[in-house]
Amino acid sequence: MADPTNPTPDADRPDSAGEYTEADYTRDLSTAVSLDGDVVGTGGLPERFEDPGLPPHQPRMSDLDEAAATRAERQVATLFGISIIGTLGFLVAYFAVPVESRMFFPGLGSTVSTSNFLLGVTMGLSLLGIGAGAVHWAKTLMPDEEAVEERHPMRSEEDDRAQFGEIMLGGAEDAGLTRRPLLKYAMGGALGLFALPMVVQVVGSLGPLDRPWRRLEHTFWDGEEGPDGTREFTRPRLVRDPQNTPIRPEEVTIGSAYHVQPEGLFDLDPHHQLEAKAKASVLLMRLHPDDFVSEKARDWGYEGIVAYSKICTHVGCPVGLYEQHTHHLLCPCHQSTFDVTDDCKVIFGPAKRPLPQLKITVDDEGYLVADQPFEEPVGPSYWERERR
Amino acid sequence: MSETTASRPAAALRADDKPIERAPQGAVGKLGGVAGWVDDRTRAAKGVNYLLRKVFPDHWSFMLGEIAMYSLIVCLLTGAFLTFWFVPSMGQTVYDGSYIPLQGVVMSEAYASTLDISFDIKGGLLIRQIHHWAALMFIVSLSVHMMRVFFTGAFRKPRELNWVIGTVLALLAIVEGFAGYSLPDDLLSGTGLRAMQGFILTVPVIGSYIAYALFGGDFPGEMIIPRLYAAHVLLIPAILVGLFIVHVTMVAVNKHTQYPGPGKTNDNVVGYRVMPVYAAKAGGFFFLVFGLTALIAAFAQINAIWVHGPYDPSAVTAGAQPDWYMWFSDGALRLLPGWIEFTVFGFTFSPNIAIGSIILLPLVYTVLGAYPFVERWITGDDREHHLLDRPRNAPTRTGVGMAAITGYTVLALACVNDIIAIKLGMSINDLTRFFRVAVFLLPILVFWITKRICLGLQRHDRELVLHGRETGTVIRTPEGRFFERHEDLDPYTRWRLVSFDTYRPIELEPATDANGLVRKGARKDRLRAALSRFYFTDQIHPVTPAELAAAHHDGHGHEALEGAAEEEYPEQIGADR
Amino acid sequence: MNALAARRRHPAAIALLLMLALVVTGGLYAAFAPKPAAAAAVTADQVAQGKALFQANCASCHGLNGEGNEAEVGGELRSFGPSLVGAGAAAVHFQMETGRMPLANPGVQAQRVSKIKFEQEEIDSIAAWVATLGPGPARPDEEWLDWEGSGDAGRGGTIYRSNCAMCHSSAGAGGALTRGKYAPSLEGVEPVHIYEAMLTGPQNMPVFNDTNLTPEDKRDVIAYVKQMHAVGNPGGLGLGGFGPAAEALFAWVFGLSIMIGTAVWLGQKGA
Repeated sequence: MADPTNPTPDADRPDSAGEYTEADYTRDLSTAVSLDGDVVGTGGLPERFEDPGLPPHQPRMSDLDEAAATRAERQVATLFGISIIGTLGFLVAYFAVPVESRMFFPGLGSTVSTSNFLLGVTMGLSLLGIGAGAVHWAKTLMPDEEAVEERHPMRSEEDDRAQFGEIMLGGAEDAGLTRRPLLKYAMGGALGLFALPMVVQVVGSLGPLDRPWRRLEHTFWDGEEGPDGTREFTRPRLVRDPQNTPIRPEEVTIGSAYHVQPEGLFDLDPHHQLEAKAKASVLLMRLHPDDFVSEKARDWGYEGIVAYSKICTHVGCPVGLYEQHTHHLLCPCHQSTFDVTDDCKVIFGPAKRPLPQLKITVDDEGYLVADQPFEEPVGPSYWERERR
Repeated sequence: MSETTASRPAAALRADDKPIERAPQGAVGKLGGVAGWVDDRTRAAKGVNYLLRKVFPDHWSFMLGEIAMYSLIVCLLTGAFLTFWFVPSMGQTVYDGSYIPLQGVVMSEAYASTLDISFDIKGGLLIRQIHHWAALMFIVSLSVHMMRVFFTGAFRKPRELNWVIGTVLALLAIVEGFAGYSLPDDLLSGTGLRAMQGFILTVPVIGSYIAYALFGGDFPGEMIIPRLYAAHVLLIPAILVGLFIVHVTMVAVNKHTQYPGPGKTNDNVVGYRVMPVYAAKAGGFFFLVFGLTALIAAFAQINAIWVHGPYDPSAVTAGAQPDWYMWFSDGALRLLPGWIEFTVFGFTFSPNIAIGSIILLPLVYTVLGAYPFVERWITGDDREHHLLDRPRNAPTRTGVGMAAITGYTVLALACVNDIIAIKLGMSINDLTRFFRVAVFLLPILVFWITKRICLGLQRHDRELVLHGRETGTVIRTPEGRFFERHEDLDPYTRWRLVSFDTYRPIELEPATDANGLVRKGARKDRLRAALSRFYFTDQIHPVTPAELAAAHHDGHGHEALEGAAEEEYPEQIGADR
Repeated sequence: MNALAARRRHPAAIALLLMLALVVTGGLYAAFAPKPAAAAAVTADQVAQGKALFQANCASCHGLNGEGNEAEVGGELRSFGPSLVGAGAAAVHFQMETGRMPLANPGVQAQRVSKIKFEQEEIDSIAAWVATLGPGPARPDEEWLDWEGSGDAGRGGTIYRSNCAMCHSSAGAGGALTRGKYAPSLEGVEPVHIYEAMLTGPQNMPVFNDTNLTPEDKRDVIAYVKQMHAVGNPGGLGLGGFGPAAEALFAWVFGLSIMIGTAVWLGQKGA
């Protein structure tokens, strides 16, 4: 059997032993072939090399040596054995280890769930044992001579293709599809329409269809939605989120940031609370009145206390990251940055519009209240946003 | 079908091969009873025999698709387990499970049941972690499998259809992943849904209608989790599994591709039969993939939903990332500048959001799916290809692929800009600006570098064929010159390096006909010719026997050593150009 | 009682009542006012020592009398060290006990340093002196740090997610802010320092004074952070609390490697 690492000498080699003779060393090197170029003419040689065919088969240790084969057999059996042990271990771990037990494992710390760890490791072993056993078996003991399968062009025989065309066209002809166009169009129409009831049923009932975007225009600051969909503005107090307590201006010291909701929001049932929060969340900050660049921002506030919608005008994440010295508000989702001193204009990132400001003042009892609801829809842009 | 290689029936090449043994007729053996009973009723023996005797080539890169397939199966198995405990409801409840920091907190039943699975159900955490790790590994391996198919040209005729199916599978996989990621209703996944609502709102004309339909009313409403649940456990898996069966069936129908090599032709498949070798290997591999995933789940925690707390639209967490397969889209959102939003006639267009989400996501997968047809148009090659390209032998395609991966990666990294900033102590603003430039420049740079590397490797291959392998033996000639002896490649090794096809760039036909009229489709042809030049002008051709003979004749069996020799024979390579 | 009633017109009664009123008021004040708790134990010596230490170690940035150091640079007013008037003892303790001050090197923000350059006694005296510059937040009472005894983690978690998680991340792993600034990790931070950080708003962190988050609120937040971290990572390797980012890295690097490694082993010809 030929050894591929020591190939049989090529026919076109200068010397049949494959060794270079002294003459080879003294050849004229000046007419070397270009690496990229073509050699002009083939000199009677074929255009391409010939496929030498499959290299000679290399027998494995286990093919030649029965001892090696027995060793491989034992290894495979051991792997399957590991799997069995793993499975048994899993059962033990499942029944013996309580779910709340914690353990230490080097590198993982001391809070590892014993149950999770042991179940995972034993389950892993139980599976890996089978897998490794099967593969090792295939590699060492199953035949490793490659088989060769012929390929045939994917396209069907011409006859079959022709026949197919005949059958289809003939069938259509026999059914009268071509002779009776009325049937063709009637069937087409029926088939084209039959799915509509299902589509309409689903699409029509998924959500509100009557200008749902109207609902994006209002927040809980406008007042609670009545049964007829109207809202009455009642100058709600600003309350702490989640403590639900009203805020006095003197409590908001410079540098403070209060997360705020409209009073009454926390009285909603938990489900409506979330929907209301998704639009009504507000961040209250106090700056030195001299820090404002925008007159309007200061005027809509109260002694340097300003309230802005916390819902990002990009895609609606809460913009809660307030830097008290730079007066920047950063959205953690896509890094839109708003300048509080300049009426929350966007100074960086993918948002376009400033955060809407909530005009605030104090009520008779000295608590901060909304002087008017948001003047524009809060949150992300939508098609009909400007159409109010 | 054309003969791309000088093929001989490879099976007949080796005299010492054992003939493939057919099972003796009528000897079904011990199983005869059952197997016979089934066959009496199904006539299955012939078909099953065909399948059992099918040949699959063996190569690690052909297992990438299998990793994906097995990860999907692991997801299906563990997912079924999770449905027994998970409550897909946004109804609010007060948590009273064993995770102390959330006791007494109002949360959705979906979130509470996920906490129960994680803390109170034995093995629940493990299955949840296997499910999530397997989902990540599914999409990781699927992506790498796609890269393998792309770079080796396995998408060419007759496999374009299967490539398209694979692309649809990849897209479905990420939709399925996103739906699953959203189900626990924790703060992180809820934020993801919040962003999704923002994306949908930007759809012109019907955006708000879709958003309200999807969420069944105001965000977050009470419907999205049950609806995503139906999609996640029923709708998408059904399509996914159906398409994936078609995908695998098509692999069997087309017969697997193989890497070029001695004895491997466009007309055969060289490998192992399903019974017993491939069945043992592929079957065993399922257990290996499952077992490794279980071990990963034992050692590494994934998606600790309990730290996030229940979803609340007024709260958010720093480091808000989706799972990795959505990064490129989310990253694009972070890079897009806000000023491109505009209003016309009172209608708002938000390309700053739409481009990165509702446009980019389908666009990427459409471009991927269309690539085989584009390349086929450029090459005009209508042959069937069952022999794979070595990536270096298709330098431009490899470059284009690497450029695409680079662009994707830059977008994906942009999505973790805050994590990179905090880990490397950099400014998030600088990083974002860098990524904004890099997403355009880096792909071009990487294309150029990759193509150069490929051409370099091809030249190296040529050199190896022409000049043989360095033996390390230095020989002194009688004149006192030193040479290293080179040994010719053995024909098997050489065949691997010379058995590839090259294309000639398409010649442009005159744009005007004999009468001076502009020919129909001339513009399209010009584009095609330009692309063809882009792909094939500077390609390197395989060594021909004549070139090898010339090299031997010209004494390239060895190479001069030392500077002196080189000076004496300057430019020995390419000297006759 | 009669004896007492009989003596209510005693000349000393007025004085006694006054004394009593003073004591009660003082006591109530001591109990309820935002008192500098440590100040009770402050001696004049300590304040003097604190001033000396301050002037030797801190004055180059904060000014000899803690008035801060601002200068015009290129037409722009830049602060090289903020005024400490009204900063209070809590701020000094937080900054110095976590090693943020004295500032090791100028950067976008002061970083936590494990090696503390001052003795506890020295920090206390500097704090005592700074507290004399103007009314400011004092160190919290032990009562508000007793998260194990009376903290309500569930309630604290709700407050944490609304007020803290957007910067420090829900896992308390920290997060990035603009232009290289960041919110640090809360892992392993002393309860008193968490409290003082909320109270004083170091660097760019907003101030959460006792009317914004009451001492109970702060204690509950501490309880939440501590209990969450005590639960740790039951699922195994915590991957730094960075969620999908770390998980993706793990899946791509480690997961993919072992899978491909296995595939390579499987595809290799048996020996």
